[in-house]
Amino acid sequence: MGKRIDDAVMDNVELLAKLSLGSEEREKVRGEMEQILDYVEKLNELDTDGVDPLVHILDEVNVFREDVETNGDGREDALANAPKSKDGQYMVPKTF
Amino acid sequence: MKKLYQMSAVELGRQIRTGELIVKEAVDSCLERINEAEPHLHAFLARNEKGLEERICEVEEGIRKGRYHGPLAGVPAAVKDNICTRGIPTTCASKMLEHFVPSFDAEAVRRMEDAGMILLGKTNMDEFAMGSTTETSYFQTTVNPWNREHVPGGSSGGSCAAVAAGEVPAALGSDTGGSIRQPASYCGVCGLKPTYGRVSRYGLIAYASSLDQIGPVGKTAADCAALFEVIAGKDEKDSTSSGKPFEATQELISGGLQGMRIGVPEELLGEGTQEEVRNAVWKGAQMMKEGGARVEFFSLGLTDYLIPAYYIIACAEASSNLERFDGVKYGYRSPEASELHEMYRKSRQEGFGSEVKRRILLGSFVLSSGYYDAYYLKALKAKALIKKEFDRVFERYDCILAPAAPATAPKLGTSLSDPLKMYLSDIDTVAVNLCGLPAVSVPCGLDREGLPIGMQVIGNCFREKEILRTAAAYEALRGEFPMAQLQ
Repeated sequence: MGKRIDDAVMDNVELLAKLSLGSEEREKVRGEMEQILDYVEKLNELDTDGVDPLVHILDEVNVFREDVETNGDGREDALANAPKSKDGQYMVPKTF
Repeated sequence: MKKLYQMSAVELGRQIRTGELIVKEAVDSCLERINEAEPHLHAFLARNEKGLEERICEVEEGIRKGRYHGPLAGVPAAVKDNICTRGIPTTCASKMLEHFVPSFDAEAVRRMEDAGMILLGKTNMDEFAMGSTTETSYFQTTVNPWNREHVPGGSSGGSCAAVAAGEVPAALGSDTGGSIRQPASYCGVCGLKPTYGRVSRYGLIAYASSLDQIGPVGKTAADCAALFEVIAGKDEKDSTSSGKPFEATQELISGGLQGMRIGVPEELLGEGTQEEVRNAVWKGAQMMKEGGARVEFFSLGLTDYLIPAYYIIACAEASSNLERFDGVKYGYRSPEASELHEMYRKSRQEGFGSEVKRRILLGSFVLSSGYYDAYYLKALKAKALIKKEFDRVFERYDCILAPAAPATAPKLGTSLSDPLKMYLSDIDTVAVNLCGLPAVSVPCGLDREGLPIGMQVIGNCFREKEILRTAAAYEALRGEFPMAQLQ
């Protein structure tokens, strides 16, 4: 059972998850993931040939409404939650 | 005579309406109880003190002038901390959102305010609603009001413990895989997970969007019905909210059980279920039979596949939803990073707890190129089959009766070391979320340690009326359930 998450896969998953795990944490969570994946693979027993995947449970689709402004721009309120801001903008570390 | 904190939300609302009680007395009795219980219960993360006096006066006057006339006008309540409240911190019990103060109210909160309810505070939960014990909270451990060595359940453990202890007569929780029903069961209170789409998710901080639903917690089915009526209904701000009309739930409560067809799935009362839980649910079923319902056992298919399908879908959606926490616009930012991508990764690494990270990683894996079909798509196909199975069951029955959890509340500190084992304990609740069904958890007994046992009444989509009627009729046969003694 379970050796699907080798170092390369783990690197990729960590990148997708935008996390940077410590080495001890990484090994622990890798083991737990393997164990959980072993379990959820029970689904392979199910014959799902010809079954359409069910994403949304209700039959309502494509709900549209007019794009009407109901509030102000809320700029100050929004910026109040920013870890760092300057001159009415979000501030981030250098990007390149 | 009953003390105020022992009254149900509906009873309290009635006394306020008839003028036997003023709003301030109702609020003060809750605040007194909160002061008494909180030092060891730790159900609240934040109290709503600012502007409370003014709000009490405004509601008092609004009731006199007829602006607030519903059954819960003047009734105090608490709200789970993943539901946005304007000006009051909303943390999801995570370091990531420790200092986050929303600039708007969730639609459900707005509707509570419009109904004249009084918000007393925000309740503890598992971090981002991921967990079954409220122990993954970054801030504090809530204990079970029936026995402080045990967990209150989760993830809405704070809301359920607060109601059980009489700190508030009603509260909002959220339910993605059982997060209202399971803690309601552990705490001996009543909790409703509405049909997917009944209650707007606007302002609910998303965990798994196709499964999440806000719902009420109260002392009785009538409490849940009243609060459900307040928060339910179409909202343009949530395109998945349904405009389907619902019948007033208040009068249905006296409907009784005559003619009700109730099915009990054998698979959920098998070996994996604590004997006392099995007996209590079985006894509940017997009682309903004597009360006029047609009750029979049946075999529910696909139960082995509920947990696998649920965790794949929930983690996949979580990994996508929680991408937004990147340290830019709100939430925690690591002080250590000098470059943008490093900032994303370090902020998330330091801001999220281990259960949240595990689910994000699992979700990222099942959605990643090369594994998507084998896991995520497979789970969606399994979900289609599970939904079909429930459609079949609801051709024969109006309601399904099942335990709300396979066992009563575990001891503190015994659940987190084995994540898979913790996930497996969600077996009784996750199908309801996968299929979008409504379900109510109602107390049905105590185990030999004096911990409450809960029974679920599950209905077909949009049939809240049937399940609340069934739960209320059962409560009448059962008699009043005792309150936690805060031991």
